[in-house]
This record gives sequence, structure tokens and C-alpha cells, in this order.
Amino acid sequence: MPESLKIEVIPEGTVIDHIPAGKWLKVIEILGLTEPNGGTLLIASNVPSKKLGRKDIVKVEGRYLSEEEVNKIALIAPMATVNIVKDYKIIEKFNVEIPDEITGILKCPNPNCVSNHEYVTSRFHVESREPLKLRCHYCERTIEGEDIIGSL
Amino acid sequence: MDWKGRDVVSIRDFSKDDIEFVSKVAERLEEELNERGSLDYARGKILATLFFEPSTRTRLSFESAMHRLGGSVIGFSSASSTSVKKGESLADTIKTVEQYSDVIVIRHPMEGAARLAAEVAEVPVINAGDGSNQHPTQTLLDLYTIKKTFGKIDGITIGLLGDLKYGRTVHSLAEALAFYDVKLYLISPELLRMPRHIVDELREKGVKVYETTDLEGAIPELDVLYVTRIQRERFPDEEEYLKVKGSYQVNLEVLKNAKETLKVMHPLPRVDEIHPDVDKTEHALYFRQVFSGVPVRMALLGLTLGVL
Ligand SMILES: [Zn+2]
Repeated sequence: MPESLKIEVIPEGTVIDHIPAGKWLKVIEILGLTEPNGGTLLIASNVPSKKLGRKDIVKVEGRYLSEEEVNKIALIAPMATVNIVKDYKIIEKFNVEIPDEITGILKCPNPNCVSNHEYVTSRFHVESREPLKLRCHYCERTIEGEDIIGSL
Repeated sequence: MDWKGRDVVSIRDFSKDDIEFVSKVAERLEEELNERGSLDYARGKILATLFFEPSTRTRLSFESAMHRLGGSVIGFSSASSTSVKKGESLADTIKTVEQYSDVIVIRHPMEGAARLAAEVAEVPVINAGDGSNQHPTQTLLDLYTIKKTFGKIDGITIGLLGDLKYGRTVHSLAEALAFYDVKLYLISPELLRMPRHIVDELREKGVKVYETTDLEGAIPELDVLYVTRIQRERFPDEEEYLKVKGSYQVNLEVLKNAKETLKVMHPLPRVDEIHPDVDKTEHALYFRQVFSGVPVRMALLGLTLGVL
């Protein structure tokens, strides 16, 4: 199936491509799309990919995502590409980028961290991107690798 | 740097200039105190000490500092006597207490509590210990004590002894010492070595770091021996604690091979890691270190209040 066909399925909205296979659910959780929001949500999972072997694709109809929102996806899908679609055409295409600060989507793995006990939005500072290392804004502990995925 | 209204949450927020500045102000206040007995920079100002977990020494040190600045103190020293037990959020407690005070000192069992308090409060917040995370005023007073004793920090050799794995005091002291040209001996049982990421960070910043289990081998090299207690409550399991408790004791025998000018420091309280015989020697710096807490905390209170 040619790449263009897969993308043109939605008339307008956002297509997130090159998500590692099996991670689509995390992506829609991050974007808060687990509840119906008006538009169609299309998911293609385990699609053959030259870049990744197998990949997932998430297509969100009628909704444009903020850059910040999209960049959170970089935590689990650093190779992801984002396509903005209007009138069945891709009008913009960009790669995700890990932001300097990650708020709200990760839970601090330190059980004694105040962010797990008080009414507060979790917040992490990116200490390094390669390998990915985050520091909790509150308890100041760092998390890396699998612990980040586990905290999503 | 404008200090008025600034929070003192983590030593990580401080630059070398900040540290030196606090030290300079503390030194000035110590001299003024010696001349005049008491000062009145903070007259009419109120400090609230919120000790959600008891720490009598730290609280007394802050209270003494505020009184010596001419201000007054309100506060509580355990969660049981307050609405905290009734489930009030930390944010609400802070929002309430700041109506009564000009500066807040907080000690809390959870890591990050001071950061949260500082975000909520309009008045400056000073961290007096948040769980196993930070105790920045301890580090500032440690550095001040070293500076007062040796006239400098650059060029000296410091041994950190004891629990380097769980001890938050030695973590932040080591991080702050990375600003200086020092040699560090990290002396601990294998099980209680300094966390790798801190050692790597120190090396990256150019500190010469030696890790060893051998106190007697390291001692002739040292200008400062910073001793910490191996605290049972920091250990995830009792068995690990039993393997390492009482690993080291600093006594006259151990100090035989030390430089005459070696100074022994300790954040106190001690249990048995420094023998009382050491108290009478020129090596003992730990009580002087306790005293340093007052001018350093006076400096922090005065600066954040904007009265100095
Ligand atoms: Zn945390």
C-alpha cells in the first residue's frame, strides 16, 4: 500500500506516523484521545515499515495538535513524524522533538515524592536526550530508559 | 542576583557566586554579632517554622538565627498537633501560614515538599530538609565552616566518610564542592558507596575523586574529614544495615596518622562514629560547625526577607 493512501484516509486532521509497533495506545493516552472527541480516530497497527520494521499509525480526524502535545510523543516514539492534513492533502510535516520540560504525562516513580501525594501536576526537566534522562522537578531524582516508559 | 523573595530549596539552584555571597554576608553578621550581641535587621518580621517532622536542632538553629536578627518566630514542630492530620493539603497549609508570616522554613518527610511549598507561597520558603532529598542550609553552613577554618576552599583535600549512598548531606556537599578545586576521598563500606551518577558528575567537573574503604590509608592525606552517621531509617532492609553499622569509628588511634591541622566535621547528632575523646583535640570542628549554622541562617533569612 503506498504511503500516500494511508494518509489520505482522513479529510483533515493529524496523522502520526512511525510509532513503534504496539505503542499506539500510549500515543492516544498521551494525547487524551481515549474518549470519543467528535472526529474519527483511525489506528493502523503492526504495519510493515522500512524505517522500523513494524510500526503503528494514528490518524486523528478534525483535530490539530499543538507542538508541545505532539512532542510528548517523542518520549515513546522518538522517530515519529507528524503530518497535518487539510482537504486530503498533507500541508505540513515534521519530526517530533523531545521538549525541555515534560509536564503532566509522567508519574514520578519515587513513592515518597510529593507529586504523588499532593494535588500537583507532575513535572520533569530533560537532563539529556541521548540517552534520555529526566529529573523530577520536585524530588530531584532522575529517571532513565525503561523507568520512563514504566512511568507513562 | 536579587535575593529578596528568593526561595532556598535546593543546593542545585545555587551558583558558586551565590555560595560565596552567602558566606560573605554570614561572615559580616558573625562579626557584627560578636561586637553587638544582637542585631535588629529583621525587627517586626515573623518567621514561621513548619516542621512536619521533628528536627529539634535544625529548628532551634533557625529560631536562634531569627531572634538574633531581631525578628520573631511562630510555628509547629510535628504534624500531630495541626490540621495536617485532618488531611489538609500542604498547599492550603502554606497558603494559610503565609498570611501570618514574612518567611517560611519547612521540614517535611516527603521529597519535593519544599519545592511545592515555594511554588505556592508568595513569601520566601527555605528548605530545612525534604525527605532524603535536600538540606541546602546544612551544605551552606558546611562550606562556610571550611572557609572560616582554612581561609579558602580551593586546594584542600576532603574525606567524606560513612554512608555515602543514602546520606543527603554528603550528596549536596559533594555537588557544591564540585565548584571548587578540591580533592575528594570517598570513604565508605562497599555497600554504601557514593551513587555512580554523583561520582561521574564530580569527575566531569574536574574534581579529583578517590573511592576507598580504607579510612586509615586515606587519613594522612586529608585536611578535612567529614563524618556521617549510618542511619538505620534510611535502609530499605535491616539486614543491609546490620552488615555495615559501626563500620568506622574516628578515635585518637585513627587520628594518630592525621595531619596536625586535620579538622573533623559532622552534621550531628553523632552516635558512636566519633569517640568523645576527639572532642578535646584541635581536630574537633563539629561544635564550631553547629555554631556556623546561626550566621549562615541569619544571612539566608535576612537576604530573602530583603532586610540586609
Ligand atoms: Zn519526584
